[in-house]
Amino acid sequence: MMTRLNASQAGAIGLFLVMALVVPLFPSDYIFDAILTPFLAISLAALGLNLLAGYAGQVSLGSAAYMAVGAFTAYNFLLRIPGLPLLAALFLAGLVTAAFGVLFGLPSLRLKGFYLAISTLAAQFFVQWALTNFAWFSGGDTSGVITTPPLFIGPIAIDTSVKRYLLSLFIVALLTLIAARLVAGRTGRELIAIRDNELAARVLGVKILRTKLFACAVSSFYIGVAGALWAFLYLQTVEPAGFDLDRSFEILFVIIIGGLASIRGAFLGAAFIVVLPLLLSRAGAAVFGATFDSGLVDIVEKIILGVLIIGFLRAEPAGLSALIARIPFGRGFAFATTKTTGNFS
Amino acid sequence: MRFRTHLAASAVGLSLLGLGAPLAQAQTAQEQYFPLQSYRVGPYAAGGTGFFGGFIDYMNLIDLRDGGVNGVKLTWSECETQYIVEQGVECYQRMKTHIPAPSAWNPLSVGIAYAMIPGITADKVPLITIDHGRTDSTDGAVFPYVFPLLMNPYSETSAIVNFIGSRIGGDANLAGKSIVVLYHGSPYGRETIPIYQLLAQKYGFKLQQIEVPDPGTEQEAQWLEIRRIHPDYVVLRGWGVMNPVALKTAQKTGFPADHIIGNVWSNSEEDAKPAGEAAKGYIALTTQATGTTYPVIQQIESVVYGAGKGDMADQSRIGSVYYNLGVVNGILNVEAVRIAQAKFGHQTLTGDEVRWGFEHLNLDPTRVAALGAAGLFHSIDVTCSDHEGHGLVTFQQWDGTQWHRISDWIAPDWSLLRPIIEASANKYAAQNGITPRDCGKEVASN
Repeated sequence: MMTRLNASQAGAIGLFLVMALVVPLFPSDYIFDAILTPFLAISLAALGLNLLAGYAGQVSLGSAAYMAVGAFTAYNFLLRIPGLPLLAALFLAGLVTAAFGVLFGLPSLRLKGFYLAISTLAAQFFVQWALTNFAWFSGGDTSGVITTPPLFIGPIAIDTSVKRYLLSLFIVALLTLIAARLVAGRTGRELIAIRDNELAARVLGVKILRTKLFACAVSSFYIGVAGALWAFLYLQTVEPAGFDLDRSFEILFVIIIGGLASIRGAFLGAAFIVVLPLLLSRAGAAVFGATFDSGLVDIVEKIILGVLIIGFLRAEPAGLSALIARIPFGRGFAFATTKTTGNFS
Repeated sequence: MRFRTHLAASAVGLSLLGLGAPLAQAQTAQEQYFPLQSYRVGPYAAGGTGFFGGFIDYMNLIDLRDGGVNGVKLTWSECETQYIVEQGVECYQRMKTHIPAPSAWNPLSVGIAYAMIPGITADKVPLITIDHGRTDSTDGAVFPYVFPLLMNPYSETSAIVNFIGSRIGGDANLAGKSIVVLYHGSPYGRETIPIYQLLAQKYGFKLQQIEVPDPGTEQEAQWLEIRRIHPDYVVLRGWGVMNPVALKTAQKTGFPADHIIGNVWSNSEEDAKPAGEAAKGYIALTTQATGTTYPVIQQIESVVYGAGKGDMADQSRIGSVYYNLGVVNGILNVEAVRIAQAKFGHQTLTGDEVRWGFEHLNLDPTRVAALGAAGLFHSIDVTCSDHEGHGLVTFQQWDGTQWHRISDWIAPDWSLLRPIIEASANKYAAQNGITPRDCGKEVASN
């Protein structure tokens, strides 16, 4: 374990303690069910994608497919193995997704950049096709919709908004800690070496094949667990169409806006993509709801969001993570951020 | 711009920072609040604007003409979902803490409805999925808070097959015939796959079910397959843009429009009109007739639109399929409140009390006529064990500009479908640790 904390680690731990101890006192379900739980799930998925795309430079458009694999695997484990603990099911879902990610990561050994991105679309289409065409995956429900069974951690029923949020928070915090340790060490340097110059990395003795597939596996594990959290703790019912290509793009946008090759970038980007539209929507409804068409307000919100994205990326192309790092007080929140920014070349 | 003055008080009760903590509102009068998860933009806006327009217009009629239901004003607010599940769920979480509490949810989306079932069951507020939804929620013993009113997907399937039977001289002639079901690639589209298989076995017709991936703007491959199969009838189980594309592609491949039978979400003007000539002769099922000849629609035009409070931006759509469905949905919601008021008093009711009203929603043709809706829809009789309410359906044909009814009110084969619904509901109950209610006791206690 760490013996000394630097400022950024202390900031992260402080933030976690606030999220775990203070936030649950908030007296409304809305903030947990509609904002924080989906925010945590998308953050975790973006963190997983960032390991692969931001650190190792392997662009993937299959994130939603991996989320779907995680969600449906966890569901099937719980359905078919009575008495299996929830955490074990989540872990197994991550492992299955990791295996799946390695399988669909094989093209990354030969393809790069946009070509690789296109090849990951195969995962996206294959998974949706398989889940919609074989009712077995959804427990025999022909409509393909799965409903979460009652969840338990030991004797504790996970049946309230706050409990669902706290469970998400602990899982995401644990996995974030592991990811931060991973990228701060030798593996992180190897991933970045491959991203920046594959040939040079090979000359330096980095095992390209092994490291790339390892990145695929870890990334998919994270995204798979995120998918299970999304399905079980946020929506509590899931259809394959909920994991469509739009979701993959959303997660990619999260890490581009948040900051490639940065742990906190995933969280900042998810806050921007998931939470900000909700705040805009609430503000729009409160101010204009009574006089304007709800559809019109919705369109205006999208325009504002688009302008903000252009504005932020103009101010700092390396993402919100780099933007915050430039603000003096922001350093306290930074941890495990690399100086180099990612690129997709 | 729409004009909803009496919404102002309820809608402004939220601020940017006061998330989920509605400000205390001055309650001057009794009111019954309906949260509306509407969709006015996005690919399914035609359905959303028509349905929610009709629903809002009917509630406005009750407020303006009668001063509410027994003096209790109807109020509502809208939240845009774009027919996207996550947005619909967010809207649900946003509006569920409204004061006074929601009376009933009407999301008009299978995906959103599925996602809300655990939540609304815990909140004890009814969820209305008129003409659609989860078929097994018909079994009110397992799903006390979910109401697929008028017609569930299985009933629809049975009615369509019986109608095809009647076109060829009786159900006995179905044997050996060939039917293709072209369905939308979504939970809604796939809902009826097993029931078509069951009916194919029962009547002995050849069946092929072909999926069209959402949104269905490209159907060449599916219709080439249909041409190869050369079926006697094609059932179109579409949604949104998939429907006009299907009709146009059918014309291109030479399949006659009058042998295509549309289901209840392929039956609107917005489905047929964009297909132009290709839609002429196209037949579709409906639970409510079109047109503006019914007293209730005419009163909306004179009272609501006369006062400048109408919701439809395009008034020519009054009387269209989606609009009239919205009006029927309004009638069912309002009458459930009225029936519940008879038991619980003429005051603001809780969601659970309104649920009781839905569970005793019995509108016979006489009562439907008294509501000014004779001919608009037939009747409904909801009970604890039957949350669908024995709705009758009818069929209409498109003449190139409008729909004409071409059949009587037809009853689906409920007794055939009931065991399948119960089996599915009991499976859901077992998987989710639900102990079904005893509907016999419910009836006795009332």
